[in-house]
Parts: sequence; structure tokens; C-alpha cells
Amino acid sequence: MKRFAARMGPIGIVAVVIVAIVVFGAVLAPLIAPYDPTIGSVTQRYLGPSLEHLLGTDQAGRDIFSRLLWGARSSLVGPLIVVSITAVVGTALALTSVWWGGFVDSAISRVLDLLFAFPNLLLAVLAISVFGASLTTAAIALSIAYIPYTARVIRSTALRERNLPYIRSPQLQGISGLVITARHLLPNVAPLIVTGATINFGFAMIELAALSFLGLGVQPPDADWGLMVSSGQQSLISGYPAESILAGLCIVITVASLGYIGERLGGRSAAGRKA
Amino acid sequence: MMLDIRSLSLSIAVDGGPKEILHDVTLAVGRGEAVGLVGESGSGKSMTLRSVLRTEPRNATVTGAIALDGVDVLSLKGEPLRQLRAHQIAMIAQNPHAVLNPVLPISRYLVEGMHDAQGLSVAAARLRAGELLEQVGIDGVDRVLASYPHQLSGGMLQRVVIAGAIAGKPSLILADEPTTALDVTTQAEVMAILDDCRRELGMALLFVTHDLDLAAAVCDRINVMKDGVVVETGVPDQLRDHPAHPYTQQLMDSRPASIMWSPSDGSGE
Amino acid sequence: MSDTNTGPVSETAMITVNGLSKTFRTGVGRATVAALDDVSLVVEAGSCLAVVGESGSGKTTLARIIVGLESADSGTVAVSGRVVAHRASRRELRRRASEIQMVFQDPQSSLNRRLPVQTAVDEVLRVHTSLGRDARRLRCSELFALVGLSDEHLRALPEELSGGQRQRVAIARALAADPSVIILDESVAALDVTVQGQILALLDELRTAKGLTYLFITHDLSVVQLIADQVVVMRRGKIVERGATADVLGRPRHPYTQLLLACAPRPGWKPQRGVIRALREEITS
Repeated sequence: MKRFAARMGPIGIVAVVIVAIVVFGAVLAPLIAPYDPTIGSVTQRYLGPSLEHLLGTDQAGRDIFSRLLWGARSSLVGPLIVVSITAVVGTALALTSVWWGGFVDSAISRVLDLLFAFPNLLLAVLAISVFGASLTTAAIALSIAYIPYTARVIRSTALRERNLPYIRSPQLQGISGLVITARHLLPNVAPLIVTGATINFGFAMIELAALSFLGLGVQPPDADWGLMVSSGQQSLISGYPAESILAGLCIVITVASLGYIGERLGGRSAAGRKA
Repeated sequence: MMLDIRSLSLSIAVDGGPKEILHDVTLAVGRGEAVGLVGESGSGKSMTLRSVLRTEPRNATVTGAIALDGVDVLSLKGEPLRQLRAHQIAMIAQNPHAVLNPVLPISRYLVEGMHDAQGLSVAAARLRAGELLEQVGIDGVDRVLASYPHQLSGGMLQRVVIAGAIAGKPSLILADEPTTALDVTTQAEVMAILDDCRRELGMALLFVTHDLDLAAAVCDRINVMKDGVVVETGVPDQLRDHPAHPYTQQLMDSRPASIMWSPSDGSGE
Repeated sequence: MSDTNTGPVSETAMITVNGLSKTFRTGVGRATVAALDDVSLVVEAGSCLAVVGESGSGKTTLARIIVGLESADSGTVAVSGRVVAHRASRRELRRRASEIQMVFQDPQSSLNRRLPVQTAVDEVLRVHTSLGRDARRLRCSELFALVGLSDEHLRALPEELSGGQRQRVAIARALAADPSVIILDESVAALDVTVQGQILALLDELRTAKGLTYLFITHDLSVVQLIADQVVVMRRGKIVERGATADVLGRPRHPYTQLLLACAPRPGWKPQRGVIRALREEITS
């Protein structure tokens, strides 16, 4: 625990606390949100902060604080899906590529190059136009766009490790490639995977929020930070900026915290280890 | 004495507190003299060299004194330090690839050095570069000048580095394991060249190595270091025949008593 | 400098190499490099043969082919009288590994830095023995003791051990398969000089105690002196001289061997450019 604290540094600890709060808020939303996030009374619209509505209400009379809490859920779940798929598939592709080498490596690399060519959001929009707008579609589409980044990074480190004697030695014993990859190669690229996942989480969060903002992700009346930024635009013009600004702040602070944590975690990745 | 190191102590700040790398190191190099720093890993020999060049790590705390020709090196910074490095000291490191820019031909390395540091015109510098390469025993000087680092062998590159080092006619050459990465035959040649050149030009040499016999071959005096401390100083013969410190004895014992042929035995069979 | 082929597989030899050749194609151009050129040698059971050469001599390629990391273009390798296949399948590798093991040069990269050092030895035991978990743990303990390490080292991570200790682990790992032959690829080159002597002494003890056969790849003639009975000298893929250590080092016949000896630092040695140049000329003529 202490080593973790030292690795994070003071700002890092603040970042961890922030993320922890967000996660708790999301998990406990059904218990602690004072109001239903989708139901509002028109008579209660645009109320300022008060004891009954901590952060006020939006143009449909819905409690903003509750919407932020509930919104945290989709804002976190989406990136979680993206990051999980990316990490698993990206790593699998990279390690397969490195272990088999030769033709397999070339083939996989070409596929990854193809994926690289697509701008992330474009791929997502494409998928959505085919499969319809929803958080899941957007998340999966984004995962596919992220895979080549992860795969590339893992591949280059794994490539270096693969020729070292601690991998050659079990190979000489006749141990199978799968076992060697899982037991020896994987743990030595694990720090990179973790760092990548943390940073990708932040990126995914922003891009999914953007998709929701464009109306292609989470659909109203569900609460979602990205969606709130978008639907809050009307209110902003009318002079009630609370919804957009607060939702936007949530996104920015969470992503920044995650990014910082990812950087600090990556300080002693396999790549950075002393030679 | 030209280089005078007195009670040099160096510690770096690590997680658990300050870690002492050098403790009370005192040694001297006379004008034109070759002095060896022999030790194993962790002995502090490389750090001592770095202190003279002032390339010690940022978080290092240094106490003691290093005087070069009477000038206090530890207090220098900025322009005077740059002058010191340009004119009075030259360094030969272990890995020539780290020193030579891989995208520039060898001529650039040598010419730039002389042009910037000594103000020679490019034409004059190029001429001198050719002379220097001959001095370090390179044939086909023009070809080498036009080559890129990756086209030349390690031994060749180290000779180029030596040429660059003596170009500025420094009073002191610092050599940090200059031949460790080379084949044994190349090592012998490069050491012979370094020895010849520096004797001819009257330069002093501070030679860091883990190989006691190698140091004995080219040095007038040797300091044996262990764990950041100089445990013994002496001329090579004395260290070999009458080592005063048990560690020196240990170093001697690790090498086998020589039953090997040497050229003065005449051709075998 | 006659260099006889060793002919058919010898009965008493532990390793017989016959006419081994291998060429590599260098990356950029299409130039081929002859890493090994018709190399033949014999290692008698229980002896230690040193293979000496500089970079490009082919000594490492030779070791890698014998142990199964590379395949030769032509020629044969026989271990304990049995010829081993060129392109080794996993099963073949496993079989070969139960007889020949290798200790690599770099103690740092020959162990998985994320796992306790015991797992390296345990892994080999799992492949080559049918011992259960507790029995393996006991055997690890015994092997560690054999190489001069203690039980508390079992759980250590590689970074917590010194270079010498890591090489001891590597030796324990090699012994775990109960091989007849151990190939040592510059196994002490990365160690401090004082530690080298200890490890070489350990290796020598083990050889006598267990009747092992060693093939020791090295560039360092002092190592040859300390541990090898026989030595072959390689240059550019060919063997240029072979014989008993005392003979080759004391009365070298080939100019390249003489050159190596002329360049080997030892008490009283000085590098002599003239001698080196003369010997080089003799070699190329």
C-alpha cells in the first residue's frame, strides 16, 4: 500500500480518490440518488441548487445530481467494455504474432495496419449506422478501433523479450508455446497492458461521450454525462449552464485523473525496467 | 600533479535514503602519466571518472575536491566547464555507437569537433582528421571518413573515437572500459594504439577497467577500488608480487597462473 | 594444421559433430555468411571441451545447433551415440533436453524477472520428472544446496540476487533435468572476475561428482585454462587448431591461436602492435 502511494505521488493520490468517488457514486447510485434520473416535473425545471436538489434541476425538471450519479454508470461501463475487449483481443493478437513470427506476424500486422487507417469515431459511426445507436454498439466499434494501438505496443515489447534466454530455455525443454507465452511472456508485458488500459479508459470515455453527444450512443431519457452535455446546450443558451458544465466537468476530471494514474502506473513497466 | 582528487565522496538519493557510491577517494595523475582504476562492478570506478567530467547524476551529493591544473573542477559550471571539457579533458567511453551519430559520416564527427572546439576551418579540420586517422593506424583513410558508424567494426570505431579524443590535444584522457566490448585481438590493438598515441603526445591517462592485467600493461600506477573506496595504490609489479590488501590478492588469485605461450617464446613447434 | 574428420559415430564419445555447416543470409544485401564450415569434433564422456573464438567464429552457432535452438544446413550431431534430428519437433527437443542442457551467458535475462527463481528449476522438473509438487520442492532445495544456494533463495526474485547467484540458479536449472551434457555459452563472461573463479570451481566439482560432460564456449583463455581438458580454436566458421589445453595454449601451432595468445592479458603482458600485425599477415597468407 505504501509503495503504491509512493508510486502515485501526492497528485496521484488525489486522482485515485477522485476515481474512487466516481466509481462508488456509480455503483451506489440506485441507493444514494435522491431522485429517479429520468422522471422530472415541468414545474420544477431550472431550479437552482438547494437542499432538495443539491445541484439544481434541468429543463425537464430532473434532479441534476441524481442524473450525474446515474450517468456515471454508463459513462464508466462503456469505457470498461472498450478497454476489456481491447486488452484481451489486442494482447492475444500481439502475443500470437510474436510467438509464431514469420507469416502469421505479417498477416496480423497487415490487418492491424488496416484498422489503423480508420479514424476511431468514423468506425463507430459506421457501425452505428448499420446496427443502430446504442452504448454497446458504440463500445464494440470503438474497441475494434483501439485494438491496433494496444497490439502494436505489446508486440514490440514482446518481440524483444521473446528472444531472451528465459523464454528460449523453456522452449528448449519442449514446453508448448502456449504455456510459455502465458507463464513467461504475458507477465512481462502485463504492466504495459495495465497502463494501456488505464489510458485507453480515459480516451474511450471522451469518445463515447462524444458519440452520446452526437446522439449516437446512449439515448434519452437515460442519464449519461456525454448526453447531458449535449442536451444541456439548450439550457446553456437560455442561461442555465449547470447541466452541460457540470456533466462536462465530471468527464474532464475523471479522464484527467485516469490519465495521470495511468502515467504513474507505467513508470516501471517492463519496457522501462533497468536493463 | 595535474589531476588531484582529494577525499572525493559521492552519494545519491534513493528511496531508502542516501546511498554512498564513493567514499573518501584520493588519487592523483601526474602530467603525462597513465594511472589505472581497477575494480569490479559497484566499485565506483566509473563514477569517479564521471565526477572529473562533471557528468555525475543530478541527485548526487558530492564532497571533496577535484583539481585539474590547479582549477577546482567541482565548482565549475557553464562556459568554464564547457571549455574544460573541450580543451583539457577527453573521454573515451565503452560503447562507440553511443558517441557517434549514426546518421552522420565519420568525417563530420571529427571535423565538427575540431571546427567547434578549436576553431579550425573545415578544410584544415578535414586534413587533420585524415592525419589523425593515420595516427591511430587506419588504412584507407578516405573510405573511413566517408563511412557511417554502422559500416565499421567496433574496433575501427573505437580508433575513430581515440582520434577524436587526441584531436584537441587534451592534457588528460579519461577512458572508461574502452575495450570491454571488443574482441580480445581488437582490444590488444586498440590498447596498443592508445598507449602509443598518448605517450607520443605526452597526454595523461586515467584508465578504468575491471582487468588488472590490462591496466598493468599500460599504466604506470594502479589504484584498486572496491565498494567506493580505494583499497590499494601501487606500481603494477608491486601489486602483483606484494599485494598489501586482501582484495588485491583476491583479484590476483582469480586469474590462473600463466602457462600460456607468448610471442617471445618463439613460434610454437 | 591438419584437421581430421571424426568419421563415424564414436562409441565412447558423448557428443560427436560431423561436417556441420550453416550459412546465414545477412539482412540487407543477399550476401551469405558461412557461420559454420564443415565443423567436426568429438567430446569424450566426462571431459570438458572448450570452444574458443572471437565474434564471428561460429562458436555460438555451434552451441545453438547442438542444443536444438538452430538447425544446421548439413552435417550431423550425435549425442550418446544417437544422431539428433535437424528440425527438432517439440517432442524431440524434450528428449534432447533430458540429455543436454544449456547455461546461458547473461544471468539477468536467463531468468523470468517476474517469478521467484525457484519456478525456473521447478518448471524443468515438471517436464522431465514425474515428481509431485512436494517432491519437486524438495528436489529444488537439494539442487540449490548443490550449487551453493540456500532455501531462502528459493523464493527470491532474480533482481534480489547477485549475478553469481543467478548463474548458480541457472546451473541448478540445468542439473534439474539430470543431463549427461551441459553446454555453457560464455557462462561466466558477464560475472565479476572474483565471482568467475567461484563459479568455475563449482562447475568443476559438479562435473567430477556427477560425471558430466561439458562443452564450454568462451573467448577467454584463462577460463580455458581453469576448466577445460581439451580445446578447439575456431575462426570464421572453421576449426583451426585442437588438442589438449596444455598443448594448445603452451605450444600453439596455428598463427591464429598464437595471435589469441599474444593478445591475452596476463601478468607481465604488453600489447605489441608489431607482433599482432605480423601474426595477422601470417593468417591471411
